[in-house]
Amino acid sequence: MDEALIFERSRPGRAATSQFPESAQSNDIPAELLRTSPPLLPQTSELDTVRHFTRLSQKNFSIDTHFYPLGSCTMKYNPRACNSLAMLPGFVGRHPLAPATRSQGFLACMYELQEMLQEVTGMAAVSLTPMAGAQGELAGVAMIRAYHVNRGDLVRTEVLVPDAAHGTNPATATMCGCTVKELPTDAQGDVDLAALRNAVGPQTAGIMLTNPSTLGVFERRIDEIAAIVHEAGGLLYYDGANLNAILGKVRPGDMGFDVIHMNLHKTFSTPHGGGGPGSGAVGVAPRLEPFLPLPVVARDDGHYRWVDADERPLSIGRLSAFMGNAGVLLRAYVYMRLLGAAGMERVAEYATLNANYLMVELRKAGFDLAFPDRRASHEFIVTLKRQAKATGANAMDFAKALLDEGYHAPTTYFPLLVPECLLIEPTETESKETIDGFVQAMQRILAQAHEDASHLKGAPYSTPVRRLDDVRAARQLDVCYAPANTPEAPEAAEL
Amino acid sequence: MPYIPHTEDDQQQMLKAIGVDSIEALFDEIPAALRCDGFSNIPAALTEMQVSRLMNERAAQDQAGLSFLGAGAYEHHIPAAVWEITTRGEFYSAYTPYQAEASQGTLQVIYEYQTMISSLLGLDVSNASLYDGATALAEAVLMAVRANRRSRSRRILMPRAVHPYYRDVVHAITHTQGIHLTEVPFDPATGRTELTALEAIEDDDFAALVIPQPNFFGVLEDADGLTDWARKRDILVIGAVNPTAMALLKPPGEWGAEGGHIACGEGQPLGVPLSSGGPYFGFLACQQALVRQMPGRIAGRTLDLEGKQGFTLTLQAREQHIRRSKATSNICTNQGLMVTAATIYMSLLGPTGLTNVASQCHGNLRRLLDRLEGAAGIAPAFRGLPFHEAVLKLDRPVSEVLAELDAQGIVAGVGLGEWYPELDRCLLVCTTETKTDDDLARFADALGAAVKGGH
Amino acid sequence: MSIPAELRYTSDHEWVREDDDGNVVIGITDHAQTALGDLVFVELPEIDTELAPGDACAVVESVKAASDVYAPLAGKVVEINSALEDSPERVNDDPYGDGWLYRLRPEDPKQLEDLLTADDYERLLVDSEEE
Repeated sequence: MDEALIFERSRPGRAATSQFPESAQSNDIPAELLRTSPPLLPQTSELDTVRHFTRLSQKNFSIDTHFYPLGSCTMKYNPRACNSLAMLPGFVGRHPLAPATRSQGFLACMYELQEMLQEVTGMAAVSLTPMAGAQGELAGVAMIRAYHVNRGDLVRTEVLVPDAAHGTNPATATMCGCTVKELPTDAQGDVDLAALRNAVGPQTAGIMLTNPSTLGVFERRIDEIAAIVHEAGGLLYYDGANLNAILGKVRPGDMGFDVIHMNLHKTFSTPHGGGGPGSGAVGVAPRLEPFLPLPVVARDDGHYRWVDADERPLSIGRLSAFMGNAGVLLRAYVYMRLLGAAGMERVAEYATLNANYLMVELRKAGFDLAFPDRRASHEFIVTLKRQAKATGANAMDFAKALLDEGYHAPTTYFPLLVPECLLIEPTETESKETIDGFVQAMQRILAQAHEDASHLKGAPYSTPVRRLDDVRAARQLDVCYAPANTPEAPEAAEL
Repeated sequence: MPYIPHTEDDQQQMLKAIGVDSIEALFDEIPAALRCDGFSNIPAALTEMQVSRLMNERAAQDQAGLSFLGAGAYEHHIPAAVWEITTRGEFYSAYTPYQAEASQGTLQVIYEYQTMISSLLGLDVSNASLYDGATALAEAVLMAVRANRRSRSRRILMPRAVHPYYRDVVHAITHTQGIHLTEVPFDPATGRTELTALEAIEDDDFAALVIPQPNFFGVLEDADGLTDWARKRDILVIGAVNPTAMALLKPPGEWGAEGGHIACGEGQPLGVPLSSGGPYFGFLACQQALVRQMPGRIAGRTLDLEGKQGFTLTLQAREQHIRRSKATSNICTNQGLMVTAATIYMSLLGPTGLTNVASQCHGNLRRLLDRLEGAAGIAPAFRGLPFHEAVLKLDRPVSEVLAELDAQGIVAGVGLGEWYPELDRCLLVCTTETKTDDDLARFADALGAAVKGGH
Repeated sequence: MSIPAELRYTSDHEWVREDDDGNVVIGITDHAQTALGDLVFVELPEIDTELAPGDACAVVESVKAASDVYAPLAGKVVEINSALEDSPERVNDDPYGDGWLYRLRPEDPKQLEDLLTADDYERLLVDSEEE
């Protein structure tokens, strides 16, 4: 079912008139400051608009409609209560600069959220302001750098990053004016300690690590890594992408990390929203507390208030116009209250149970594991290198065929160092039947690959569009509608 | 067990399949010495009913009152349909549209959004959004430094009339890369950034000039004059604009003889509630020639293998997941949900609706200023023409006035002394289309009485 | 996979051709363009840029990958293939001809002899295939 662009539904003179003041007023703005032609916004009725966007929504896969085993993304159920309670009028109507007298309810939630996040990560203090994981990383590396500079140590500008890391890690280090040194991974998926020992030195600002790593395994010698980096004078940064795997089992603070960011949209189940908003709260060990991004919330005699630059002169400053993605933080707060202490421990337990079960079942079904001798954390990697060679069907073909089976594809081709990989994370909120169904779908696709791989090359067949021409998209860039640039669709006439 | 579906039977079967006795055994690779034993300071679980009660009580503490606060976040009417549709599970709980065939809804929304924003700003291309207005300005600055090949300078002309928090954010994000912000003073009489202030700056090699429209004081800048001045010196022009105002005002792409290069700003006024400052979204658009320097996601239209139209993320090789340490930015998020809301909002308002909203905002401010004319101890601080915010100079300390009005259920605005010592007794007020004549009268009377009462 | 005998190569999959005027032309090999897939963008150095061996001086970009191109020897950029701005596919269609990237005036033409021969390069490809 095609859905035309909203602009193609537009008819001059049509409008949703109950949504705005009846007429424009004469104004005293001189003509040279005014625009001469109206912006290209659609002229549609309210029903047209509602129908258009409702239909568009129906073209999406989502957690609410499909199993979404997307590795490294923690696509767990987003409880509806988190949304409806964060959207209560008192919260959505609160202006960011509202006086403290009109903010105690919101600030109480934020203060308690800070306290809870400190506890679950084992850190000394938390700032909620970073607006996504990547911004939390930026805050973290900026704090590490500010810490060294404040000690008069100006040469520590090199950041160590394992080769399996998310692309945001090296990109962040560069944004903070640091250089990046990649560390190799050993055959078992752990950081190569010999390479680490060779890499550290007086230039080392710190290391950025994800644990469990993006390879889906727990870095077993984390205490040794911490000792090596600390002895060299560097600090340890924890990328919280995989915090879901260890909640209540081991805390980054206890592993020796000095600073961490959390992805509240993963571990604490705030929605991904088709690509955002996220939330990347940061936690720090005591020595980094003075550098936290602002503002943070304090409590004095039962009264909540903002702590800003005058009290924290060493802060790395402000990372958002106001205080980050407040509404996302409220959702995370509600989620944590719904789970409670015991519920949060069960997150890691059942996420790990589901991942290990799915891993074992896929191996039984004939798939190769990237690290067959390791325990899965909350995710694991299947490599289709053998199947790709034998049948010609690669990881992308499997991913697209899964869409036809009614499953969102796992993460493909990441981490970069495992060929033809699928990174699979079922999360704790999926049932055994769902996982079993996924295994059966993978078996059917595997059989198809051996039978007729060319069929898989054409997948998906059942989605609103078939496989898209990415090369055309990049070479003939069309990122903005204009009636003249609508592409010719040769066979479209009879559709 | 909240949100965990496993029955005892499921669990046993799964453990048996794995070949372990207990879930605990699955954590055997974590060194025992590092293990933590649960959480001692986290409260026990509440049911949804209990949490609802708690949150309703908390929300009820935070009454907005009759508010004239602006300063970067604006109270506008949001059609009911906007958030009813945006929070449909298919939008709300979807991931980033990397699997294009399973994400055509999100991708088409982004494409429509990019079209609307480009047109609103008078520029060729828009990205799929950034975190918020302040970070969008920081990214625009980084982009300009990368893009300006004529100037090797890492210096930016940053007017003091840009939102002080935005300047803080730009500094925090860019200073580690050696980027220096040179302040441009505002004219104390007009509240504008005047050409004379630019001429007075001794250095002449700058990568970009930021032009706020309207500026933080609500005053309209001479965007044409400033753009021409910068263009003549090979300085790139970054417009930092209010999107509602753009329905009325000349957009950055049309400023001066040749137009500005980049425009950015806070998208919140387009259908996103105030919600304590976020989540909002930052918009960013530019001329076609600069598209490869643009950070963040971009959706493009293409064809599928049957020749049918579809949408996909494009130019991804600029981004961190491919380019890693050489990416244009570390950003991977776009504020997808907020963009969905904004696209629905702009569709429901249409060109007429957004123009009427903008003109009502401006008209309300005009009416408020008219009511205050002649009020003892209250005067506009600047002569420059305002859009929907104005700075009022009071004959009484602002904090006292704010407290007195607060007690009457009116949030009068925000004092400027903290940011601008020379504007110590100045109050920044804002009127949007949400204010009625009665609201304006009530505010003007209360403000007049409070200022007079101080004497 | 075509590996013309008259060219020199680098282990980063660039080729180098010496012209009569002493300048050298640089591009990426057939193997490199095949591995990258359909190119969608080529970023070239600015004319007059002074390059040291190993400097990252250009970027070739496909839909899913971006790869740096390194200077095989020291010298100054004297010409770039501007046609690639609009038609990056030339690198795919004709990597050793129309798909050349840039022309360099070498500081020391003898450095050319340190580069791989066609045989060396072919061996390198075979070895990496076996890995």
